[in-house]
Amino acid sequence: MKSLISASPREAAANLAILALLILGPWAALSAGHPFYVTLATKAAILALAATGLHLALGLGGLVSFGHAAFFGLGGYAAGILATHAGSGEALIFGWAGSREILLMICAAMGLALLAALPIGAISLRTSGVYFLMITLAFAQMIYYFALSWPAYGGDDGLSFRRGIFPGLNSARPLPFFWICLGALLIGLAIFQILRASRFGTALEATRQNPQRVEALGIEPFGLRLTAFALSAMMVGAAGALFANLNRFASPSMLSWQMSGELIMLILLGGRGRLLGPTAGALLFVAMEHVLGGWTERWQFFLGLAVLGVAVFARGGFLGLIAGGRRDG
Amino acid sequence: MADPALDIRDLRKSFGALRATDGVTLDLRPGEIHALIGPNGAGKSTLIAQIAGGLRPDSGSVRLFGRDVTALGAPARARLGLARSFQISSLAGEFSALRNVMLAIQARAGSSFRFLRPTQGDRRLTEPAMAALARVGLADRAAVPAALLSHGERRRLELALALAMEPKLFLLDEPMAGLGAEGSRELTGFLSELRREAPILLVEHDMDAVFALADRISVLEAGRVIASGSPAEIRADAGARRAYLGDSS
Amino acid sequence: MPGISPLSFALLLEQLLNGLQLGVMLFLMAAGLTLIFGVMGVINLAHGALYMIGAFACAAVAAATGSYWLGLAAALTAAAAAGALIEATILRRLYGRDHLEQVLATFALILIISEGTRWIFGGFPLFLDVPPLLQGAAPLPGGGAYPIYRLAIIGVGAAAALGLHLLISRTRLGMRIRAGESDREMIGALGVEIGRLYTLVFALGAALAGLAGGMIGALQSVQVGMGEPMLILAFVVIVIGGIGSIWGALVGAVLVGVVDTMGRFLLPKAFALAYPPSEASAMGAAVASLLIYLLMAVILALRPQGLFGAPSR
Repeated sequence: MKSLISASPREAAANLAILALLILGPWAALSAGHPFYVTLATKAAILALAATGLHLALGLGGLVSFGHAAFFGLGGYAAGILATHAGSGEALIFGWAGSREILLMICAAMGLALLAALPIGAISLRTSGVYFLMITLAFAQMIYYFALSWPAYGGDDGLSFRRGIFPGLNSARPLPFFWICLGALLIGLAIFQILRASRFGTALEATRQNPQRVEALGIEPFGLRLTAFALSAMMVGAAGALFANLNRFASPSMLSWQMSGELIMLILLGGRGRLLGPTAGALLFVAMEHVLGGWTERWQFFLGLAVLGVAVFARGGFLGLIAGGRRDG
Repeated sequence: MADPALDIRDLRKSFGALRATDGVTLDLRPGEIHALIGPNGAGKSTLIAQIAGGLRPDSGSVRLFGRDVTALGAPARARLGLARSFQISSLAGEFSALRNVMLAIQARAGSSFRFLRPTQGDRRLTEPAMAALARVGLADRAAVPAALLSHGERRRLELALALAMEPKLFLLDEPMAGLGAEGSRELTGFLSELRREAPILLVEHDMDAVFALADRISVLEAGRVIASGSPAEIRADAGARRAYLGDSS
Repeated sequence: MPGISPLSFALLLEQLLNGLQLGVMLFLMAAGLTLIFGVMGVINLAHGALYMIGAFACAAVAAATGSYWLGLAAALTAAAAAGALIEATILRRLYGRDHLEQVLATFALILIISEGTRWIFGGFPLFLDVPPLLQGAAPLPGGGAYPIYRLAIIGVGAAAALGLHLLISRTRLGMRIRAGESDREMIGALGVEIGRLYTLVFALGAALAGLAGGMIGALQSVQVGMGEPMLILAFVVIVIGGIGSIWGALVGAVLVGVVDTMGRFLLPKAFALAYPPSEASAMGAAVASLLIYLLMAVILALRPQGLFGAPSR
């Protein structure tokens, strides 16, 4: 919480407003008889978690991955596959027939994301900049096509399943499930902040700002970057598991390039380098989708215009506009 | 006699038809300041990059403290005790001066894979970092982001980073650049003290500083060492005079 | 493959030509991307959208006028105009900035152009006929036959590669492009009007994408979203060939086109030797979809700068 306060006063106020909106909004909406807004808030919280995960690599490490949909989708499929096997009783691995526990699904999602992230990261991180972007995008596309053509888990139909269960909460109902997702987001934000403040985070941020200097000090950037990439993938994978549970559906579209682009967009929309930037971006995105989408079928056109405006004119994103000035180091 | 701190043998590096380093041999002995001078384009930057490990030579060898490091990258050479400063200040611009130096401290400790404890307020980092800042006179600027420091302050922060590594060899790339007469004099005094901690390979355009500090001077021209010797010998060498008198600094 | 009969030789040749034709499409895309990156240092995610613009312009104009050739001219014009417009109004503001902002801006352009196209043309795909001149098939050695239109595409690709080579190595514009690639400040020193050069290069790259889009319309349905899969394949091509190298783009494109097509053709047959037919085709297809990415991974592991890329210092 410290950094929420040590940021500029205006950013701190914006941060508190964002958290208050996320925490109180759904509860108020439900009291007012609009359960639909709980689902919207849940979606925003999950996207915020995913974007915060990508922010670890992109914001701290400067690794512009255009392939994080791979980990989001793998997380979703991990959840779907566990639930499907638990439903059918068919053994998944070593005679174990999956599980409907959301916590286990999240663990499986993170494990699968890690397994994918290590080789993808090890190869992609041999390069940097635009190359890195293109390679991560290509690997994500590979996984996307593989999911489409592999029939065992639904192929291009995706994988429908019953939402998982959670100890002590009725996760089938909107509000308890929202609390689960909000809790995951808060944990994700805490991890981001702890990592950023640690020696690892210091060295990682330094590799983004000046890799040459970091090497001259005796630190190999590769290990830092690969670690950041893997941690980032795991958090995005966890978000994917929750997203699939929200929709009761693991969809190939979770693996698509659009998803990767959206995650980057959320970070930049909200404000890169700021703890709650990705969260602000996710809230804005879900709100725009809802408001613009209610107004016109062509809402993505206007979303595009808004994002273009941010790219060209508002370089600090939404929080940058509010807080003014540069983000702190 | 102990191994030289740095021992370069017949180093060669070409970019296409350009021989940037054309058979350079030189060494740096314990306790000395060896200055490397030469006009712009003589190949100093290429040579430094090969010594620091950013660039692989086509042939030849680089030895640090008796160990062949030709195949090692920059981080490994830094860990062996080579600290370099950059000609154009090269810092983490978003970080405060203090955090830049703290990074050097944690690099020396090899502890960049600690994930939990915040660095802020970690006295094992802040105390030695503040000490290094104090030595270069930046203690009162510790909280200022590196990007907002003045040119002279950034030059000094470069030096503080090198000090914080507690190296066994300094490789200083034009530390006087842009400092002005006053700053150069101050730094000259500082470097003459610094040589007691570790030998210095000094690349510098400021001839007053070079002749005041150096035990030995090597003159680089067109990728070759055309003269090497004591300051008095270099002063007397016709080729050396031509090489650096052609350069306005 | 054990015992290649004359028929399967013809089939093999046909698949090889299909691979070559895909390679040509990818070359046209990758050449523009790599040219734009080489000169301006910009990564243009909207390049696939320019390909789509070319396809829609071709299909719409051909449908309205009844002439494929007018359609193809419209494809080139529309894509080049869109490219010039994007460069002059948006990307120009982003040179020298973080790649991330270019990525965000060109990603936004994909959204705008895709949704805008859907707005104008509706959600249904358009179709385009092969022009009468190029209908029919040419006999292949070994007894098969191959569509003339696809052969023509391969010819156009070869001509475009040659044309680009001549343009870059023999003309004043090419000299400026090369200067721009090696040193952005140098072309300023040469007194070249950088703004015009950039717009021209961007329009040229866009026109190549538009050409590919226009030609593909007679082979596939023309629809929103058709560009991005091509864009991503073009990225694979560039990664394999080395960024900034036209020659690398050509070799990479042919390699990717042939490997992908042959993989999809041969792998299910190879799996059929060991598995029952229904499983074999699914497994073969799944593995074939991975092939070019594995190729990319192997090349990256051996040569991170790509086959023809300059090694980073």
